[in-house]
This record gives sequence, C-alpha cells and structure tokens, in this order.
Amino acid sequence: MLAALKDAYSVFWVDLRNLKHRWLSLLVTSLVQPLLYLVAFGYGLGREVRFEGFSYLTFVIPGIVALTSFSTSFNGSASKLQVDKFFYKSFDELLISPISLFSIVVGKALIGLVRGLLSSVAILLVGFALSPTFEVSLLFLLVLFLSCFVFSLFGVLIAFVLKSHQSMSTFNSVVMLPMTFLCGTFFSLNALPEVGRAMLYVLPLTHSSQTLRAVALGQDFPWLSFGVLVCFGALFFFASILVLKKQSV
Amino acid sequence: MDAFIVTEKLTKEYGAIKAVQDLNLKVYTGEIFGFLGPNGAGKTTTIRIMTTLTKPTSGWVKIGGFHVVKEADKVKKVIGVVQQHLTLDRDLTVRENLEFRARLHHLEPTERRRRIKELLEYVELTDCADRMVDTLSGGMKKRVAIVSSLLHKPKVLFLDEPTVGLDAQARRRLWDLVRRLNSDGTTIFLTTHYIEEAEALCNRVGILHNGKLIALDSPFELRKKLGLITVETLIDKETCCKFFADRAAANSYVQTLPPNVKTVVIRDSNLEDIFVEFTGQKVGDA
Repeated sequence: MLAALKDAYSVFWVDLRNLKHRWLSLLVTSLVQPLLYLVAFGYGLGREVRFEGFSYLTFVIPGIVALTSFSTSFNGSASKLQVDKFFYKSFDELLISPISLFSIVVGKALIGLVRGLLSSVAILLVGFALSPTFEVSLLFLLVLFLSCFVFSLFGVLIAFVLKSHQSMSTFNSVVMLPMTFLCGTFFSLNALPEVGRAMLYVLPLTHSSQTLRAVALGQDFPWLSFGVLVCFGALFFFASILVLKKQSV
Repeated sequence: MDAFIVTEKLTKEYGAIKAVQDLNLKVYTGEIFGFLGPNGAGKTTTIRIMTTLTKPTSGWVKIGGFHVVKEADKVKKVIGVVQQHLTLDRDLTVRENLEFRARLHHLEPTERRRRIKELLEYVELTDCADRMVDTLSGGMKKRVAIVSSLLHKPKVLFLDEPTVGLDAQARRRLWDLVRRLNSDGTTIFLTTHYIEEAEALCNRVGILHNGKLIALDSPFELRKKLGLITVETLIDKETCCKFFADRAAANSYVQTLPPNVKTVVIRDSNLEDIFVEFTGQKVGDA
C-alpha cells in the first residue's frame, strides 16, 4: 500500500512541477467565474435579501465555495489528463511503467485536489472579507477536502472515458454547467417541488453544497449527504480503475 | 543464441480489419532487429502489443521469458519504449522529464541523479539539462526521449519509427546512438519505413505487409535470395528490374537486351527491391 501511494506521488509529482511553472495563471483563471458569481449574485443582488434567516450573501458563499471546488477540481484533473492523452501523448508512459492502476488514478486525481483546494480557499478568503458571519471550522475544511477529491476523481473518470477535446467541451456545457447552477449552490432546494428536489439529489454537487452550507451556517450536520459524497468518491474511483483496466492490458 | 522476444501466432483484429495476422517471430538477445513496412502494415500495433499497451486478439508474446499479458509487470521492468510521437512533457525541463521517468521506475534519489547525469553525458545533452523540452531541436528531443526510456536499464529497447521528421544529420547521429546502445548490450527492436535505415542498422529484418510477415532474414541473405545484382531497365517509360546472382550473369543479360531499351542500370540489390518484389508495392505507398 505504501509503495502504491509512493507511486501515486510520482504520478502527481510531474503535474505538481507543471503547476509550479504556471500556478498563478491557473489560479487566476479558476477564480474569475466564482468571483463573478460572488460579486454579482452575492454582493450585488443579494446583500439586502434575507434567506432562511441569513443574509443571502452569507447563504450563498458556501455554495460558491462548493462550486469552485467542483469546477476547479474537475477541470484540474480532467484537463491535465486530456493534455497528457491528446497533446503530450505522455499518458502511455504511465501505462508502460511498472506502477498499479490505483497509483495512476489516485496520482492523477491529486492535482485536481490541490488546484481545487487552492481556488476554494482563495474564494473562501474573499467571501470572508465580504461577509465574516459564517464559520470556517476544521469540519468545513474536511468536507471541502473531500469535495475536491471526489470531483477530481470525477474529472479523472470523465477524461478516461471521453475520446477527444471536443467531447470534453460538450460534456462541460451539457453536464457541468447545469450542475453548477442547479445543485443548491445559489438557492435552497426546499424552494423546489418534490420531483425537482429528488432529481438534484442524484447529483454529487448537491451533497457537497448542502454539507458545506450546513457546516458554515452552524446547522445540523447532514450525515446522509456526507455519506452520499463519500459513496460518489468511491464510485468515481472504482469506475476509473475499471475503465483503465478495460483500456489497457 | 537466446531468443529474447518470441511471438506465437500473434493476431490483432480491429473489427473486420486484421492489423497483425499470425505473426511468428523470434528476436535474439543482442541483435538490432528491424520491422520494415509501409504505413499501416501493422508495425506500431505489434510494438504496442509487445510493450503491454494493446491486448492481442489471439496468440501470445513473451519477452525475456515473461508473458506480456499475464506478466505485464515483469515485462515492464525489462523493456524501454520510445514511441513514434514525442511523449515528453514539453512544458517541463529535460531534467524534470527524466526525473519523472526515473521516479516511475522506482529509482532512489541518489541513483536517480547519478543515472540522469550519466545518460545526459551519454547523449551529449548535459548543457541542455535545464532547458524546456519545447526549446530543443527535433533531434535533441528524440535523444531525450531515448534516454528517458533507458533510466531503468532495460534489456530491450523498442524504437517506433525513431527518425521520422529528422534531418539527415540528426538521423545519422541517432543511428550512431542506436549502434552504441546495442554494442553496450541493449537488444534493439525498431520499426521503420526507411529502407536505408533498416539496411544501415539491422542485423535482421522482418518485412511486414498488410499485417503479415512476408520475409525474415538478414538484409544480405534477403538480397541473396532475390539476387545480389539488379539490372534496372526503362522500357516504354516503365521501370523493370531483373535480379542476378553476380555481375557476370547481369552483364550477359544486358548483352541480350533489344536496342529499344534506352536506360540500363546495373547495381547492388537493396531491401527496396525485395519489398517491391514480395509485395508488388513500394515501401512508401500507404
């Protein structure tokens, strides 16, 4: 197990070196969208609005942190993996090396985790400056860590499955973007009819934003959502291993 | 001689397309073996199967005694692979790329540094160690790609079309490197569609055509089978070749040619003649 983790670090190492060369531009790029949401919806539109007993700004910040972890972690691992597969064509090098599929999947997910955490923490700091009324506890950071890892594994899986840049951008428009807006990031799911709510509970981001918001606003910890998030992580991990196993020898 | 690579009825099908058909082959320890054939002949597919990247449809390959599907982990430790396309991370330095590969092959830090230094000296790229790969010339990138596959001291090195896209000078330099590696004990398996490359480098050549091995021997033996001397004539704008065991036989044939034959060339036969004769096709034709 220790050897496999060491190999995962080796896989991660090269992505980390890449990040070291380009971290600032990557960080800035990943922050534009959530910052716009934060300013437009949170600060501009919702400063005066009260929502479930909180100011809308306080309500929306954990949601925006969740969506930042979602999109940055997903893109962090998926885009690098796609570059490795289609541009550098260096992904085969991992398959030719004497390392396990476990190490490849985990190693490739780590860059998404790190990029997701960096961006989420940056947004969190901005949010904190705008509305210092929510709590950032150790539990909040733990859930954030889990979210980033789950969505990063999601990125690994999708990058393994999709065969071109084109299909990745279609996936981004058809799956990722709607999830960004619908999964309880900007509004409470209680406002939706039963059917709509049930549909959104099938999506992982819903559980991430629900859990992060509950912790930040000091509400009861939603153990079910937390558990579902863990299950999604396990699902993405095993599916990635399976897809890779099918594609390689 | 020990066979280091053995294939038995190796077949790969993609739907109705048979990329490799019933390939039976032995590559001996210490030799430079060349796979010659036009694009689409099945050369890369064969290399991908041998290097654990593609599963064969049927048949098997053993490398160093290990089955490439059932014992892929053991095979990976004894092979080095240089793919046709560059697989380096071009936004990183030469050293970073080499360090990455060394880590993947579990080299400890001291060993890693020693090996990288040693290999960069071997290919005369020490001064380029901290340059971004993207800023190197094509020939230099290829040399980096080759040393990046040598860090773990593989027993056999696979080179898929190693000199495609290189200028004449870079190509010759790479040939020298391949010869040097071979004389230092590495068995080489290379594919090429350049006749002169196969002739210059290979102890033995297998000619692959439409996924089938149609000839297998040393370049000299293959030429001998065909006839060492070729008489090339141009009759009504069509080139025609005839093959003879020696110059005397070729000369006496030329004496018998009718007067309407304008151009006559008597030369040594080459692998291209063998290829055309066996397949009815030129090597460059895809």
